[in-house]
Amino acid sequence: MTGAEMVVKTLEKNGVKVVFGYPGAANCPIIDKLSFSSIKHILTRNEQGAAHMASGYARVTKKAGVCTATSGPGATNLITGIATAYMDSVPMVALTGQVVSSLIGKDAFQEVDITGATLPFTKHSYLVKDGLEIPKVVNEAFHIANTGRPGPVLIDFPMDILKKEFDYPEEDGEVNIRGYKLIGKANESQVKKVAEAIKGAKKPVILAGGGIVISDAVNEFRKFVKETNIPVVSTMMGIGTLPTDSPRYYGMIGSHGVKRANMIFNRADLVIVMGSRLGDRTVANVKGLEQGNKLIHIDIDPAEIGKNTQPYIPVVGDIKDVLEQLMPQIIGFKADKQWIEEAEELRSRFTHKPFSDDNGYVNPKYFLNVLSEKTNSDVYLSTEVGQNQIWCANNFKFTSPRSLLTSGGFGTMGYGLPAAIGASVAAAGAKPVIAVMGDGSFQMDLPEMGTMMQWDIPVKMVLFQNHRLGMVHEHQFLLYKSNYQAVTIDGKPDFSMLAKAYGIDSGVVTENSGVEAAIDKMMAADGSYLLVVNVSPFEPTGDALNEATLPKKEDN
Amino acid sequence: MERYTLSVLVENNPGVLSRVVGMFSRRGFNIHSLSVGTTQDPHISRITIEVNGDALIVEQVSKQLSKIMEVIKIKTLKDSDIVKRGLSLVKVKVTPKTRSEVIEITNVFRAKIVDISPNTLTIELTGHNKKLSAFIDLVEPYGIEEIACTGMTALERGTNTLRFDK
Repeated sequence: MTGAEMVVKTLEKNGVKVVFGYPGAANCPIIDKLSFSSIKHILTRNEQGAAHMASGYARVTKKAGVCTATSGPGATNLITGIATAYMDSVPMVALTGQVVSSLIGKDAFQEVDITGATLPFTKHSYLVKDGLEIPKVVNEAFHIANTGRPGPVLIDFPMDILKKEFDYPEEDGEVNIRGYKLIGKANESQVKKVAEAIKGAKKPVILAGGGIVISDAVNEFRKFVKETNIPVVSTMMGIGTLPTDSPRYYGMIGSHGVKRANMIFNRADLVIVMGSRLGDRTVANVKGLEQGNKLIHIDIDPAEIGKNTQPYIPVVGDIKDVLEQLMPQIIGFKADKQWIEEAEELRSRFTHKPFSDDNGYVNPKYFLNVLSEKTNSDVYLSTEVGQNQIWCANNFKFTSPRSLLTSGGFGTMGYGLPAAIGASVAAAGAKPVIAVMGDGSFQMDLPEMGTMMQWDIPVKMVLFQNHRLGMVHEHQFLLYKSNYQAVTIDGKPDFSMLAKAYGIDSGVVTENSGVEAAIDKMMAADGSYLLVVNVSPFEPTGDALNEATLPKKEDN
Repeated sequence: MERYTLSVLVENNPGVLSRVVGMFSRRGFNIHSLSVGTTQDPHISRITIEVNGDALIVEQVSKQLSKIMEVIKIKTLKDSDIVKRGLSLVKVKVTPKTRSEVIEITNVFRAKIVDISPNTLTIELTGHNKKLSAFIDLVEPYGIEEIACTGMTALERGTNTLRFDK
């Protein structure tokens, strides 16, 4: 069988159902053989879309999404999607075609060193030099992508190897990578220290990170919180670990978090970090954290511990295992009542003001509140990056993990729409998929509406339209003396007409009073739908508390 | 800032070195010296890296290195526990008058003269960094034409080893 057939056979063995991709000469052998397999190939409009779709698909299925591109520009177009997956620890296998082996290094047509280019943001990568290695390499790639701290793996296949005939090896191999050790349970004595620190704490707080979601430890986590009653704040990737309306959940922390969460986090005498790398947008001043609090850092990746901050108790382990180890040791412990009262006092002091209700504009926070209610939050919701992302994170009432699909670490505009398409393929109708976008990010990947329609993949698109790159606009107000440069994104495309060109129905809503009906119509629509929501360019990103620092309309 | 020596066993695959070195540049760590060679197992190479930094930085370096799939094992070695050697080739300017002086220094250091010309001596010297720099300091006044140095390589003293055993 040919190298390409071996690739496809091994993909099937690894349970792959869908490949998102774009053909070119070098990956054509794979595309060709996929057509004779049980695997569906979904043609995208840009390779970047393929990578983001694989990423959205993976976030829903918990298993590596697969994308393919040809050599050179096809491969480099994947890069943003691969880096996005890397930063959020999303499992992905990227298959790229490469020029024929004899031309490698000769600057051949459409040649690029893609394994070299992606080295800093892949978990691992391969350049296949021998066809007989294909099954082993593909098996290893899935194993690496899916296990431990997940991430993207790239395999580069020279075209001649894909076309050449080989005998499929009888033993296509148990995966055994001697330099790759899987991490499970934590050191028992460290866990004991954690239990003791919790019992001795007056004001403990848990920072819930995406690691809890990735490790499938949400049930254990919720049990732990119920037992201990410790207040929980989360990172963006940790949203959904507790339901938004859970009595012990106080919201997202960080530079775009909510004030009550940040205040509780800062007042704690013991911070228990679970599955978070404590990035700069989560904790800007790590030194303060080291000095002011006792910090427990639990993570599956040893390198995350001590990278950004030095914890008081480091714990290396899979959070699911660690929670199971910890649980019996804290039975009976309850967080101090006074501390809970303090946290509740902060909650009541820092709640939203009534939503603004201006003529011609919808308040996006109000919109997202209604959207949660109307859908029972039982949806997959993807976001782009910018104001729309923060509005969703802080205002949609997430109830389950994996329901927020967002580029948290890399902050990739153009991510949300294709990610929603990938999620919709994975969900296969089980839950509606909603893509929330701004007019900047929508225009980065809007041709993917074609993918949506060609393959009949329903996505409800919500476009917060303010003809601005809203977050940068706000940034320029705050830090550049309102010198608004390169943030008015106009040319006024009529997005409804654009949707119509693809055969997608749409609606427009310009007042809070119209929101309920508009959402009902969108959710009831058959298949994909675009809802254009007019929002004010001066709608602040943050919660009502920050309004004092934000511009008034007359400043425009 | 102290100097640490990391001994790293890696798969003897193409591209391994760029993964290792790429990690250093990407994360802003500095390599003081580096040497690579095969081991008794032809599938495994040993990379010896000298790093300047404090203990926390070196711990991060080690953890980040171990995330590379093709890195099999790492050990951070203390100078007191190892024999560490590098090789320098030093081309020193000589005149008929100074030649014997340079030869004398060479002998004291148990170094070897490997090439000779009317105006130069090329000396091969192995040893710990301190020995190498002491030698260079001594011959400097005669005029150094050129120096080529390898990175340090090291093994633990006694029965301790860094091996991969299945």
